[in-house]
Amino acid sequence: MAAQGRHGGRKSNKMTALVVDDNMVNQTIHHRLLDNLGIENEAVSNGKEAVDIHCSGKTFDLILMDMDMPVMNGIEATRKLREMGIRSMIAGVSTRSMEREVQEFMEAGLDDYQVKPLTVSKLISIIHKING
Amino acid sequence: MLGLDADQLRADMNRLLAFLFHQGILDDQFLQLQQLQDENSPNFVSQVVNIYFHESEKLLRNLRSSLMDRELLSYDKIRIHLNQFIGSSSSIGAQRVRNICAAFRAASDHSNRTGCLRALEVLEHEYCILKSKLHELFQIEQQILLAAGVRYPVMN
Repeated sequence: MAAQGRHGGRKSNKMTALVVDDNMVNQTIHHRLLDNLGIENEAVSNGKEAVDIHCSGKTFDLILMDMDMPVMNGIEATRKLREMGIRSMIAGVSTRSMEREVQEFMEAGLDDYQVKPLTVSKLISIIHKING
Repeated sequence: MLGLDADQLRADMNRLLAFLFHQGILDDQFLQLQQLQDENSPNFVSQVVNIYFHESEKLLRNLRSSLMDRELLSYDKIRIHLNQFIGSSSSIGAQRVRNICAAFRAASDHSNRTGCLRALEVLEHEYCILKSKLHELFQIEQQILLAAGVRYPVMN
């Protein structure tokens, strides 16, 4: 059985990530950004699917979590994942920038928060926190 | 002669891009998107932009039908659509469209139907400009590829 990494992911050479976003444009771009950095990744379209994929036994080094999603939003999903004991790096990625909104998201259990659009440099700064 | 065509087309493309940035129609994020394109994914930008067009037109229809139905008007639904539109517009660098969506969202936060209708008209207009200009850009790119292909025919 693979040992757990520092943030709960598989301890293998290749980092893994989960993109949680209901927007296909963002899913496509984030998938490509992660691919270019050599990070294996999957995408789901809402918080419930993110919870379900973890319930199926999968874990990831990094979760990129959108805030506004149908069925289950990013705040609820983050809270739920932390309650389940998921210790992966969870980075919120959203267009919201008001302090109150970001704080609520952070308090749900985020390790980091980046305002969209996600760029290579923002993604690298998130990854450095995993490796740091 | 054919080489000059490709050079002329590249100049046209650079002029169009300069115009789009100068007018604030696009911002730096579009350049970030172009940097994600390479020989393994030569059509990445047009692929993403076509997804954006498809999603945006759905959102515009949803916004219009939400606002037209006074009885079932839900500003929460409008905000959901706008958050989507803001997110995807930010991600492709569609700056003017994104900014209009933000103003539209402010009107919906105040439950201002008149303001929302006005914002929707502006948004539809700006979206049309963006779509038209990006189509023009991709057409020039295609012509450059064709011109380069004709210039360098395979020699037996």
